Amino acid sequence: MNLFNRPTLLALTMAVASSSVMAASRDYITIVGSSTVYPFTTVVAETFGKQSKFKTPKIESTGTGGGVKLFCAGVGVEHPDITNASRRIKASEVEKCAENGVKEIIEVKIGYDGIVIANSKSAPVYNFTLKDIYLALAKDVPDPQAAGKLIPNPYKTWKDVNPAYPAVAIEVMGPPPTSGTRDAFVELAMEEGCKKIDFIKAMEKSDGKAFKAACHTMREDGAFIEAGENDNLIVQKLVTNPNALGIFGYSFLEQNSDKVKGSLVNGVAPEFEAIANGNYPVSRALFFYVKKAHVGTIPGIDDFLQEFTSEKAWGDEGYLSDKGLIPMPKDERMKYADDAKALNNLKM
Amino acid sequence: MNKSMQGKTIEQVNASLARRYAKDRRFRRLGLAAIFSGLAFVLMLFGSIVSNGYSAFGQTYLRLNINFDPQLLGVAPLQNGAGYELKTLQQGDYGALVKAALRAEFPEVKSRSDLRELYSLISSGAPRDLQQMVLSNPAIIGSSQSLWLIADDDIDMVVKGYINRKVAESERRVNDQKIAWIEQLEAKAAVARQFNTRFFTNGDSREPELAGIGGAIMGSFYTLLITLVLSFPIGVSAAIYLEEFAPRNRWTDLIEVNINNLAAVPSIVFGLLGMAVFINFMQMPRSAPLVGGLVLTLMTLPTIIIASRAALKAVPPSIREAALGIGASKLQMVGQHVLPLALPGMLTGAIIGMAQALGESAPLLMIGMVAFIVDVPAGIYDPSTVLPVQIFLWADSPERAFVERTSAAIMVLLLFLLLMNLVAILLRRRFERRW
Repeated sequence: MNLFNRPTLLALTMAVASSSVMAASRDYITIVGSSTVYPFTTVVAETFGKQSKFKTPKIESTGTGGGVKLFCAGVGVEHPDITNASRRIKASEVEKCAENGVKEIIEVKIGYDGIVIANSKSAPVYNFTLKDIYLALAKDVPDPQAAGKLIPNPYKTWKDVNPAYPAVAIEVMGPPPTSGTRDAFVELAMEEGCKKIDFIKAMEKSDGKAFKAACHTMREDGAFIEAGENDNLIVQKLVTNPNALGIFGYSFLEQNSDKVKGSLVNGVAPEFEAIANGNYPVSRALFFYVKKAHVGTIPGIDDFLQEFTSEKAWGDEGYLSDKGLIPMPKDERMKYADDAKALNNLKM
Repeated sequence: MNKSMQGKTIEQVNASLARRYAKDRRFRRLGLAAIFSGLAFVLMLFGSIVSNGYSAFGQTYLRLNINFDPQLLGVAPLQNGAGYELKTLQQGDYGALVKAALRAEFPEVKSRSDLRELYSLISSGAPRDLQQMVLSNPAIIGSSQSLWLIADDDIDMVVKGYINRKVAESERRVNDQKIAWIEQLEAKAAVARQFNTRFFTNGDSREPELAGIGGAIMGSFYTLLITLVLSFPIGVSAAIYLEEFAPRNRWTDLIEVNINNLAAVPSIVFGLLGMAVFINFMQMPRSAPLVGGLVLTLMTLPTIIIASRAALKAVPPSIREAALGIGASKLQMVGQHVLPLALPGMLTGAIIGMAQALGESAPLLMIGMVAFIVDVPAGIYDPSTVLPVQIFLWADSPERAFVERTSAAIMVLLLFLLLMNLVAILLRRRFERRW
């Protein structure tokens, strides 16, 4: 038995190693970006793959920032065609894109997503104000005794924050800093709540850095728990612990409406209509960005845009709303659909 | 004096005997307790996975009378009247057939919003099934057939009992009306759970009832194929050279330390390395099993080299001396005598390395294999994902029905791992020789 006289294994190895030069063309769309937009884009992609003559696009969930970075790396088949974003692209990112040759970008806003503060069905319903959310979750809060001074957050129970709430320990599970949901929550809930306090609001103009530190820093003493990116896990923990609250996207609340319920914010419940018409304060817009240079090179991009911006997808009764996307008002939809059709460039 | 000493020692020994026996018993009990608590944890893990996941192997189907009406379908007959044009058969409105069948089943439903609810009883995958049926046998057009159609995931959850029908309507996802429809169908025995073959053949989908691990299994297969084809020959050759030919000096010591070190490097590091070298520098495609296999090769190589060297070391020197003694060259000695004896151990090491690679997801994150991929990959360049990544993606999905599917996918992964380890044990039992 002589194993050295067997060239088969070696030949096979060579064959694999030598075939590494390829990928000159690509016949499917590559999409990267936000994990919040991922559930919506995937549905559109699947429908598109089934109904058109093109292949189903490939979608990676890389997070908004990571997606934009990949997207802006250059033009060519090895770079993605579309990136999803749970916030608007930044001017600095657009510049970076242009430096790498990605000069023409089409912006498509797809709808809204509400961020809910939910707890178990068996627990009482909270009616939070943004200010109370800020006071309960910020690392440093205004000293109740001495005006104009920040002290480490002294509040242990909700009752300490506002006597209207029950005497239950503050325990909130939320997404980690890498998550777009966290960014949006900090910006929409914490910052807005923080601005309700006059001397901090005054800081915004005088000392932007201190303002950001005061408003954007979450508590680290155990009252706010970073529960990881998995929202299903947060839902499970809320069910077993009725005292805890959790922060996650509206679609998870909708899917688990038998287990958890959303708290009211400024008196508005996180419901479909309230988020759609903008009454619910903690909601954000979702976007995707298309590389114009790839339209026509990679087959199917324009058809994919058409599918995404069709009424049957993102309309009031479209299949995306079944998945938890909150549609834009009709005239806004029309505007973005027209932009997508005409491949209009992004205007900052 | 001697006697009294002896008596004293015996006394001492006898006195301590009970204590020593007790110590012995305590230690054994502790050991047993450790084993049982370990087993209990494993059982708990398996128990929770199996109890969560077994139901995903069944899928709810609803029986409806489908009338293959050529007009509703919009298919055009051929000129000669014998059949229909293929293009119109492909593009026919099969969804309309399902909708018509639902309307016929529940004629009392009239309003537009109620109809919308009614149509959502059946999965969006059902029209495609009908299309496949018609394409394989166009003769059924014009006939009326009683068919089992795949139900929507919400309906599946109700039938499986994951959504409680008893609680108030506002507290569950499926409204009273839909539950009434399901109960109406149940009374007619038109609701059944069938074996979920789609789960094993389909790629990923955002509709839980259509989602399967077929794509992930093929992705894992191609990735592991690349890994095996590359890492086994390289690993074995490296081990043979280091063990049988290499001189013992500072350089080989350094290499040995490095190999042992590499075996302990966190796998995400290999992913980063793979992204930098294979994707950014060598311009290989993202998300391809080829790159995944290359990265996992880097990861499994140390394991295989270490196992192979151990297998070579276990071959007694007398075999080598005997071969050399009758005039064999060093290469002949290794190739004809040592290697065949060491091979079972090497294979075992390779299989365990492969099992490790099968369960790996972190390094694949960096090279784009954590992605939504619907089409089942057909080669090493097609975008694909692997089983553990599929589990990760499903665990993160909001739809309730993905909970059981996640557990079911874990069961399949565990089964593969079990099989691989079983093969490793059998190989060792069958071929390993002890001296």
